[in-house]
Amino acid sequence: MMKKPKVAFFDFACCEGCQLQVTNMGETLLDLLGVIDVVEFREAMSEKWKGKYDIAIIEGSITTNHAVELIKKIRERSEIIIAYGSCATIGGVNGMKNNFKLKDIRKEVYGKDYKYFDTRKTRAVHQVVKVDYFVHGCPVYIPEFFKVLKSVLAGLPYQVPDYSVCVECKFNENVCMYDREITCLGPITRAGCNSWCINNNNLCYGCRGMVSNPNEKGAKDVIKKYHIPTAMIINKMNMYNTCRELDEDKDEQ
Amino acid sequence: MSNRTVKVKVEYLTRVEGHGNIVVNVKEGILEKCELQIVEAPRFFEGMLQGRSIFEAQHITSRICGICSCGHTLASIQAAEEAIGFIPSKQTLELRKFLLHMENLDSHILHIYLLVAPDLLGVKSFVPLIRSHNQVVRLALKMKKACNDVCDILVGRHIHPISAIVGGFTKLPRENDLDAMLKILYDMRPGMDATVELAAGLKFPVFERDTEYVALVSDDAEYPMLLGDVGSTDGKRLSKNEYKKVTNEFIVPHSSAKHAKWNRESYAVGALSRFNLNSQKLHSKARKTANALNMKPKVINPYLNTVAQLIECVHSLEDGIKILEDFKKREINYDEEIIVGLNEQNRIKVKSGIGVGAVEVPRGTLFHCYEVDEKGMITKANCIIPTSQNVNNIERDMKKLVPEILNRSDQDITLSLEMLVRAYDPCISCSAHFLNVKNVNR
Repeated sequence: MMKKPKVAFFDFACCEGCQLQVTNMGETLLDLLGVIDVVEFREAMSEKWKGKYDIAIIEGSITTNHAVELIKKIRERSEIIIAYGSCATIGGVNGMKNNFKLKDIRKEVYGKDYKYFDTRKTRAVHQVVKVDYFVHGCPVYIPEFFKVLKSVLAGLPYQVPDYSVCVECKFNENVCMYDREITCLGPITRAGCNSWCINNNNLCYGCRGMVSNPNEKGAKDVIKKYHIPTAMIINKMNMYNTCRELDEDKDEQ
Repeated sequence: MSNRTVKVKVEYLTRVEGHGNIVVNVKEGILEKCELQIVEAPRFFEGMLQGRSIFEAQHITSRICGICSCGHTLASIQAAEEAIGFIPSKQTLELRKFLLHMENLDSHILHIYLLVAPDLLGVKSFVPLIRSHNQVVRLALKMKKACNDVCDILVGRHIHPISAIVGGFTKLPRENDLDAMLKILYDMRPGMDATVELAAGLKFPVFERDTEYVALVSDDAEYPMLLGDVGSTDGKRLSKNEYKKVTNEFIVPHSSAKHAKWNRESYAVGALSRFNLNSQKLHSKARKTANALNMKPKVINPYLNTVAQLIECVHSLEDGIKILEDFKKREINYDEEIIVGLNEQNRIKVKSGIGVGAVEVPRGTLFHCYEVDEKGMITKANCIIPTSQNVNNIERDMKKLVPEILNRSDQDITLSLEMLVRAYDPCISCSAHFLNVKNVNR
């Protein structure tokens, strides 16, 4: 791209923590603003932009009819869409809602007036409109965000690592959680976060989504070797990955 | 009062966390409608928690909000530990207090510099300030990053902290970590002094409305943030377990966040409430700052919440340094490091029960309440967020403010209202978390 691209941030159902990661860069943010022109960023700016966006950075999941309309409009106005953070890339924790019957959870929360409140199954952004780049993570890992942004600016694709967190975890010389008798989702989760949580002695919760080709046989061996109850591991996988099943079913309600 | 007709509709208020609209209709001088509409998409956190392990509660609820995820973490842990009957060590509590200071500092700096200052300097965001006030913007970003760096060292990261869990910390700071954090905080002192100086030169709107100010209170000499009862400037005090008698939540049609009231028609939580209730317990340097900025309790101008936040910044920085210096004097007990996972090895004893967490987070008192069965699975969860407690109070401020400023231009009225809402530093994602509905029709 020749001139400074016009960039906008948009947020749907999320905690806005990934946007906030941007303000946590310190003075690097000023360098970033030297190469891109942020034209809309509701959480931090009151400016609005009427024209086309070169890059739209989308945070959050699509959970209402209103959001579906809005994201379609943004897609029409944007050259490139980056799904930013787990809520946008894989549905994130919002997906846990899909484990309940929609009508039940709405009734439970709103009582008899539940129909007034617009809600639908949680979906990741790419399950509604075409997405060009993905920045996974809850929250996003800023070094990876920079990598993606550089790729976008250079007009190159970005390949999300499709090997497991364990690869990075080994490089970081962590003792395996399984050897500490703790169940960890590292073996089936996409790398790219530099095994952030395990470096801090917590386990991997699978926030970046699953690798495309998990080592099923290896996983079965691990589950057997460490006597892990199947229900527990499925429950764990559901924390971030429930929306995955909608990938093949784009027209679902 | 003028007989003007004014219509204000601010859709998706900017420079706040989450999605909210301001709607004001004045017809021939009469205020017909005055609402802060919360239009955040519901996320059903309380529903999602049901059937999950109490050892996952912190991980999930910190995702309610990116700005105050450490606050949610600490309220969640407190509620969870109480529910299963776990008593944290003194060392753990001190480190949690320190984490809360960093959260407060980080969030207040973001609010003061990036969200409020543009209004006071007459621009739309911090971006134009990069040219006009370059050094100030750099200072703000530097201070913000400093808080973030400290949290990186202490809990892995500020947004969705990793090592603070039920039972304590999975990783405790080493000697060199303590030194690194102390250095960052010492280096922040000149920036803080400069910030106070800058603030002394800012002019805040003049507007007053007395209300009930609510925050944690305690009998010891500490400015209560992590532990205490719930108290009010109307002289009331209740144990945190009786939080529902404080919040008395009710539904209004135009808002997806519930409203709250205690002894008056509405109440306020946040930095100004804490200042009004506990200012005498602030660090001496923060008390001096308050004097220099002419802040004496009880302050009833809501716009000055931002100034109260600044005073708290000084307090959190100084008290945070003190906590770390105390840790330098005695050894950290690394035997307390715990790796729990989902407690599959039963490293922490669990029983069934109910627990309440009440913690002062940047925007006010945050309540989490969990019920767990004998296996530590959550059967019921409830979170009451500062912003939902404030929404009712903000609307009542707006109702008093609008008639007082009717002689001004539409643009000016809109800006005054936006600034009023922003002063409370609302966190709208948090507020639209949708509480346990069964409690609604009590």
